[in-house]
This record gives sequence, C-alpha cells and structure tokens, in this order.
Amino acid sequence: MTDAPAAGPSSATKMPMPGPDVRLAAAGASQWKDVWRQFRTHKGAVLGATFLVLVTLFCILGPWIWRVDPGDLDVRNKDLRPIYHALWDSGAKVAWAHPLGSDNLGRDLLASLIAGGRVSLAVGWTAMLLSMVIGTLVGVLAGYFWRLDGVLMRFTDLVLALPLLPLLLVMMLLFRDSLRAAFGPEMGIFLLIVTGIGITSWMNTARIVRGDVLALKEREFILAARSIGTPARRMIPRHILPNVMSSIMVSATLGLASAIITESALSFLGLGFPSDFPTWGKLLFDSTDRMADFPERVIWPGLAISLTVLSVNYIGDGLRDAFDPRIRGR
Amino acid sequence: MLTFTIRRLVLAIPTLLFIALVIFLLLDMAPGDPMADQPLTIPPEVREEMRRALGLDQPVYVRFGLWLYQFFVVEPLVVIDHLFGTAYSAGQARVISWQFKSPVMDIIVQRLPQTLWVVGSAYMLGVLIAIPIGIVSAVRQYSVFDQIGTFISMVGFSVPTFFTGVLLIVIFSVNLGWFPSIYDTQLRVTDWSSFGQQVRQMALPVFVLALFNAAQISRYMRASMLDNMTQDYVRTARAKGMDERTVVLRHVLRNSMIPVVTVIALGVPSVFGGAIITEQVFKVNGLGALLITAINANDLPMVQTLTFIFAVLIVLFNLVADVLYGILDPRIRYD
Repeated sequence: MTDAPAAGPSSATKMPMPGPDVRLAAAGASQWKDVWRQFRTHKGAVLGATFLVLVTLFCILGPWIWRVDPGDLDVRNKDLRPIYHALWDSGAKVAWAHPLGSDNLGRDLLASLIAGGRVSLAVGWTAMLLSMVIGTLVGVLAGYFWRLDGVLMRFTDLVLALPLLPLLLVMMLLFRDSLRAAFGPEMGIFLLIVTGIGITSWMNTARIVRGDVLALKEREFILAARSIGTPARRMIPRHILPNVMSSIMVSATLGLASAIITESALSFLGLGFPSDFPTWGKLLFDSTDRMADFPERVIWPGLAISLTVLSVNYIGDGLRDAFDPRIRGR
Repeated sequence: MLTFTIRRLVLAIPTLLFIALVIFLLLDMAPGDPMADQPLTIPPEVREEMRRALGLDQPVYVRFGLWLYQFFVVEPLVVIDHLFGTAYSAGQARVISWQFKSPVMDIIVQRLPQTLWVVGSAYMLGVLIAIPIGIVSAVRQYSVFDQIGTFISMVGFSVPTFFTGVLLIVIFSVNLGWFPSIYDTQLRVTDWSSFGQQVRQMALPVFVLALFNAAQISRYMRASMLDNMTQDYVRTARAKGMDERTVVLRHVLRNSMIPVVTVIALGVPSVFGGAIITEQVFKVNGLGALLITAINANDLPMVQTLTFIFAVLIVLFNLVADVLYGILDPRIRYD
C-alpha cells in the first residue's frame, strides 16, 4: 500500500472524527496508515501477502533467472522426475537441467510453471479489475441516482439468476474462433477469458457498493458538500469513491481469487487457452492422464493455484478486519 | 406469506422468459453447423431439405417460440402421458438433441439420477459436517479447534475441486487402491457387495464436493452464531440460570439457523454448477458431463435446455430461500 491514495480519504474526512477515535487524529496519520497497522497484526494476511508478492516476483522475474523456454522440446530428456526424487529413489531419472522434471515431450516443468503463472495471474488481475470497474460503476450509479436504481438493480438480479459457469463455457465456444482470427490465438483467448470472467462476476460488488453509497448519502459531509453546490461529477470521485474504497478492495480480493479459479477451471474443462500455451489450470489438466506415473506434474500446478488463492483469501480476511472500525485499534 | 409466494412466482415468469431469450440469442450466434457431421456426399439440395426438417430456415423468433412451446407445453404433456397413460402429446414434436437424435428430456432423465445421487448426498453431508463445526467454533471462539476449523474451511474453499479431486485420486485410488477413480454408471445395486461398491465409488466425488460445501457453510454458521452470542436475550437466558448447553442449542442455535438455512437453499443450484467440474474429474456421467459434451459437439438444443434448467433451479431456490426466511423469522414481513 503506497501513500498515493492517502490524499483522497483524508481530504474527504477532514471534519473531526466522531466518537472515540481520537488516537487516529493524534497520530496525525491517514486512515490508510491505520488500516495498514491493523492489517499487519493479522498473521494469515501478512503471510498471504508475502506469498502473493513472492509468487508474483517468481512469475515476473522467473524467465530471467531460469532461462529455459517453456516450449523447448528436449526430447532426449523427456519424462524426467523432479530432482528431489533421487533422495528416496536412487534409480529415478533426474537431471539438474530440469529440476522439477520434464513432460512427455521434454518440456521443462519449472519453466512451464513460470510461464503458466504469468498467464494465470495476468488473467486473474485483469478480469478482477474489469469486474471491479463494472461493479463499482453499476453500484455507484444505482446508489447515487435513484432514477437508475430500479433498472440497474433489476438488471443485476437478472444476471445473478443466470447460470454463469455454463454460459461462460458457451461464450468460450462461441467467440473463440472469431477472436482468435482477430487478435491472434493467444491474445484472442486472453481477451475472451478476461471479458467472460469480468462480465459474469461484477454483481456482488455492485450490490455491496450500492448499499454503501446509499448509506453514505445520508451522512452529513455529503449533505455539506451538496449544500455548497457540488455537482455529481465532482461528488462521486471526491467524496463517494474514496469512502467505498474499503468495500471495493475487500471484494477485489474475493474477485481475484475467484477469477484465478475460474480461469483454471475453464482450462481444466478444455475450453480455455490452446494446448501448447501453458497456464496453471492447463498444466494440471494435461497431466491428469498420466498422474499415476507422474503425480508431481499434477501437484505442482495444483499447489500453485491453491496456495495463490489461499493467500489471496487470507489477504481479503485481513483487509476486512483492518477496514472494520469495530475491530480496528483493539 | 401465500400472497408473497404467489407474487414472486408470477414475477419469476418474465425473469425466466428473459433468461431463456438471452441464452437462445447467445446460442443463435454459434458458428457451428448441425449438418457438419453428415457425410460430404449428401447433395446440397438434400442438405437444405435436412436443414428445413430441423427448422433452421425459420427466423429467430419462430424458432424461439417453437422451443418455448416445446419446452413448456409438449414436454409437460409427455410427462402427463407417461404418468397416466394418456396420449395428449401424440404427434407433437419434442426438443430433439442434434447429437443423440432423440428427445433432450429423455437423455436428461437418464443422466439425472447420477448427478442427484452424487451431488445430493455430497451437499447433505457437507451441511451435516458444517453445522456442528460452525457451532463449536463459535462457542469456543479463538480456541485451537476454532483456529484449525477456520484454517481447514479457508483451505476448503481456496483449493479448487479439480485439484482436490485429482489429489485424492492419486492418493486413494492410485497409491492405496481403496476407491475406484472412475464412477461406474452401469452399476446396479442388487445386493450388499454391489451396494458396497456403489458406496466406494461415490466416496471420493462426494468427499470432494462435501468438503467444498462444508467449508463455506461452516463459516456462515460460525459468523451467524457469533452475531447471536452477544445479543441481549442470550445474557437474559444465562441470567435466568440456564445451563450453557440449553442457551447455545435451544436459543442461539435456533436463531442462528435462520440466515444459514437461506444460504443452504441458495447454494443448491450453484452445487449443480460446481458439480460440472467434479463430474468431469471422476467421469461421472451426469448432467455436467452431458453439458460439456453437448457444448463440444455443438448440440444447441441440448445446451439451451440444460442451461435453462440450471436457470430455473437458481430462480426457484432464490424463491425458496426468501420464503424460508419469512417462515423461520416471524419478524420478516413481506406484505
């Protein structure tokens, strides 16, 4: 968390803080520093954040440190076991050239994990950002303009009643070929998956944000801002958005976790990225046929997905506690 | 309450019609051709004739209207005929699957038992595990049991079912050989040994789904119990001298169950959706597997009907949740 967003909320809550939160004013700190202090006391969240940063660094910097192309076919060294197998099975086929082993075409598992992680994380973050933008937009519009409220919320309810996973699968099938032709095989599928996940996961954010905005509209500082004639286009970015940021961030963590899972589920069902293009879900799916002989090829990508999602969920838990003024400061 | 239910049921009709339309229009854009699997030697005019026989030359609204008529009029008539031996549906065209060349509903009825058995028992088991765990975690908040329970439930809904499933197959069917990894749909339960076989083959998929569901529900249960534990009526009950057991199980539990029951009702349709993946992992020949094969085979009537059935389930269980909430909590008044 940087200091950059700190300017927003502090200016929005410049009026004296009500109640017992004197300590906050005494510290002269912004709300965000306080949230950060509370966040650090949540052990799971700190561990989760550390792990997420490490995984992200591993995926971003990985190709520079481990300079093996994931698509490289090293057929001489195919079907290698991971190096640690030599510990209990001295006859195992291992090589330092492929520390986590290689698949039936001799592709390096470590390099595939790095490349797959880049795609999975990129899909997760982009899809989450898209769904947050849509959700916040719908939520703020519905909460702030009562004319739009009925229409937008009925629409949200309708989308919530759609069977989303089947529809997502159908969307993959429908638009795969046309987008592949327009943007190339990788970019096309990336756009399709990100858009698909984004437009099927914004509804909860919209509902939460709308509820928060409705509650905010009753507060005095909004009334004050309105009485000096602040128009909606200034009111929303300056006073509304900074104050619903906490709910958005909590639901963003949930969104990131579910986007990563949905992407790997799509890949697992064979309707995600093309087969020569590794993602964590794809690696897992491709290895299930021979998992009896090579369990590590299933376990490593599976662990990567699970631990990433677990750490994101813990971050969400920590953020929720940190933003909750009833818990904060205890 | 009755008027509320009726009003919601009436309101559900336009919702469902709209959803059916959305699905239909989406599928209408599908690039696939139902004639693609026919031999290339068929002359173009015969091919055109076959397309006409499938009704593909009609405009969108006619095809949508026909599907609606078939789904809402013909299929119920078939059910009535089947039950009472009448012949109302004789000569009426039903929704025909393009890949199986037989009525969609017949295939769905064949596949339904597998899904219901596996998914249904998994959900029941999940609920049965989750509620006691949630209660104990809340009563002994921050105890070792609570910490472990919270951690397991966190893991339970963070680890995707396709990974838990695959992991369990590696451990229990490959290495230990206790359970089969593939669900045998042909198995008929006739005696104790085949019953044991059925239980063994259901064990892994049921466990995977039950863990996932229990993880979510136990967290709701714990949160709801904790909300109630600090209420005034609990202090009153304790002040009256009731023992802790009565306070928790009689007073707190009953009040905490209200939101949890609605969460359980709301979760039922999403279980059918989530089961798509579990069915794929364990090769259960159920509705989820049917949907995946239909999507891959470009069988649009099948995809349309199945997706719509999922939508009906969602709308229905939303309604059930609302009604249950009103029945269980007399403070809620919808009228």
